[in-house]
Amino acid sequence: VELLLPVLAKTLFIILIAVGAFAPVITWIERKQSAVMQDRIGANRADIAGITVLGLLHPLADVLKLLTKEDVVPLGANRFMHLIAPVIAAVPAIAAFGVIPYGGIYHFGDTTINLVVADLDWGLLYIFAIGSIATYGTVISGWASNNNWSLLGSLRASAQMISYEVTMGLSVVGLFMCFQTLRLSDMGVAQDSTFRILGFLEHFGIVESLGWLGHLTLPSWGILLQPLGFVMFLTCVMAENKRAPFDLPEGESEIIAGYFLEYSGMRFGLFYMSEFIEVVVIAGLLTALFLGGWSIPWLSQADIIGGVTPVFGVGFATGLCMVLHVLTFFVKVIMMIWLQMQIRWTLPRPRYDQVMDLCWKVMLPLSIANILVTGLVILLLQGAKA
Amino acid sequence: VSAPAVFFYLAGAAAVLSALGMVLNVRNTVAAAMNLVVTMIALGVIYVTLDAHLVAALQIMVYAGAIVVVFLFVVMLLNLRRDAFPRPRQRLTKVAAVVIAFGIAAAFLHIIPTALPTVREIPADFGSYRAVGLALYRLFVLPFEVTSLLLLAAIIGAVVLAKRRLD
Repeated sequence: VELLLPVLAKTLFIILIAVGAFAPVITWIERKQSAVMQDRIGANRADIAGITVLGLLHPLADVLKLLTKEDVVPLGANRFMHLIAPVIAAVPAIAAFGVIPYGGIYHFGDTTINLVVADLDWGLLYIFAIGSIATYGTVISGWASNNNWSLLGSLRASAQMISYEVTMGLSVVGLFMCFQTLRLSDMGVAQDSTFRILGFLEHFGIVESLGWLGHLTLPSWGILLQPLGFVMFLTCVMAENKRAPFDLPEGESEIIAGYFLEYSGMRFGLFYMSEFIEVVVIAGLLTALFLGGWSIPWLSQADIIGGVTPVFGVGFATGLCMVLHVLTFFVKVIMMIWLQMQIRWTLPRPRYDQVMDLCWKVMLPLSIANILVTGLVILLLQGAKA
Repeated sequence: VSAPAVFFYLAGAAAVLSALGMVLNVRNTVAAAMNLVVTMIALGVIYVTLDAHLVAALQIMVYAGAIVVVFLFVVMLLNLRRDAFPRPRQRLTKVAAVVIAFGIAAAFLHIIPTALPTVREIPADFGSYRAVGLALYRLFVLPFEVTSLLLLAAIIGAVVLAKRRLD
C-alpha cells in the first residue's frame, strides 16, 4: 500500500491536469484560434446568468449536450463492437501519460520523489506499443457501424496509422543514439545540461584559437541535436492523431465524417475527447523527447539547488526546483499544443496518395539517412576523442 | 502471492479464453480477429511479468498493432458473411480435436516439466532492449542479416506480383 499511494497520487495528478483541465480547455482554444485566423469571433454565447467568461463555458455546455443526447446504434450494426469502439480509442491515449515525466527526480532527506508514474526502462517502446493499439478503436468503429462511408474511413485510418507508425519509430532512433537510453526520465536528465556549439573542434585541437566563440553553449535538447528527427516525429505523430492536414479518415467533403459517422451523444464525445487527449500526449512527448522535458535552459537542477541552498536551506531549494520544473514542463506543453493548433488551421488536406507517398517515399528514406548520418557523426567524435 | 504472479495468472486466463473465443468464432471472422488481438495483448502482459520487456513491446507493436490490423483490413474488404464458410465436418474433427488436446495437455503436464533444465538465476539486464540488441548484433549477426535478406526478397516479390496486375 505504501508503494501504491505515490503512484496513485501521481496518476491522479497527471490525469486531472491532462484529461480534466487541458483537454476541455483546448477544445475552446481550438475554436477561438480558428476564429481569430478566419476573422470570426468564435464561441462566446454559452453563459450562466449572463456571465460568459470569454466563451469558456462552451466545453461545459458541449459535455451537457453530449450527455443528454440519444446514443444511437444503427440498424444492422454489430452492437457490442459499436458500443466498445470509442472506449478502445480513448484508453490508449490516457494510458500513454503513464511514462511521460513531468518533473525530474528530487531527494528530500531519505525520501525520493520521481515525477513520473511508471519510470520504465523501455518507456518509449511502451508508448509505441500503446499507440499501435489505438488503431483498433477507429478500425472497429468503422466496421461495426454498417455504413460504407464509415468503413472507407476506417480503412483509410488503418492504412495511414500503420504506415506512419513505421517512420515514427525510425525518426527517433537518432535520438536514442544521442542519449543512449529509452527511459524518458533519463532523457530529461540528459537534456538538463548544455553543450558547446564548437566543442567538437576540441578533438582536433582548434578550440583555443576560437576565443569566446569556443565557450558559446546551447542546451543539449533533442531538437538541437536531432532537428530533422523533430520535424519527422512531429509529422508522424500528427498523422497518427488523424487531425488536419492528415484528417483523411474523417474527410467530411468525401466520406461525411468517416469512421465515427454513425456515433452520437457521449460515444461521439469520447472520439472527440480522445483526439484532444492525444494532442496533449503528443505535446508532452515532444517536450520530453525534444524540448528538454522539465529542464530550464542554461540552468540545471544542480545550479538551482546549489544557488538557493545557502539562503533558504536544501529542503526549500529542492522544493522550489521541483515546482519550477513542473511549471516549465507545462509551459512547454502549452507551446507544443499551440504549434499543433497552428498547423491544424494553416495547412489544407492533401490527397490520400500524397499522404502515403510522403510516408513511404520521403519520410522513410530520410529517417534512415538520419540514422546513418547520426551514427557516422557519433563514430567520428569517438574516433577523434580516442 | 506476488504482484507479477497475479498479473501472470490473469493474463494467462485472458490468453486462454480469448484463444478459445477465436477458435469458436472461426466463422465470424471479425470477432475471431478481435479475439486474436486480445490473445496477443495478454501474451504481451505475460512477457512483461517475465521481465522480457523488449519482447513484450514488440509483441504488441508488431503482432497486435500491425499484423492483425492487416488481417482485419482484408476481412473487412472481403466482407465475408457467416454462410461463406462451410460447416466443418462434425464427427471426425471432434475426435481429432479431443485427441490432440489431450496429447498437448499430457505434454505440458508430464514431459515438459521433467525435460526442461532447472531454473537458473537470470542476469540483471535479462530481456532488456540493451541485452537483446547486443546479442543480436554481436553473437547472431549472420542469421540477422540473412533474415533481412529473406524479408527483402519477399517484399520485392510482393511488389512484382502486385505491379504485374496493375500493368
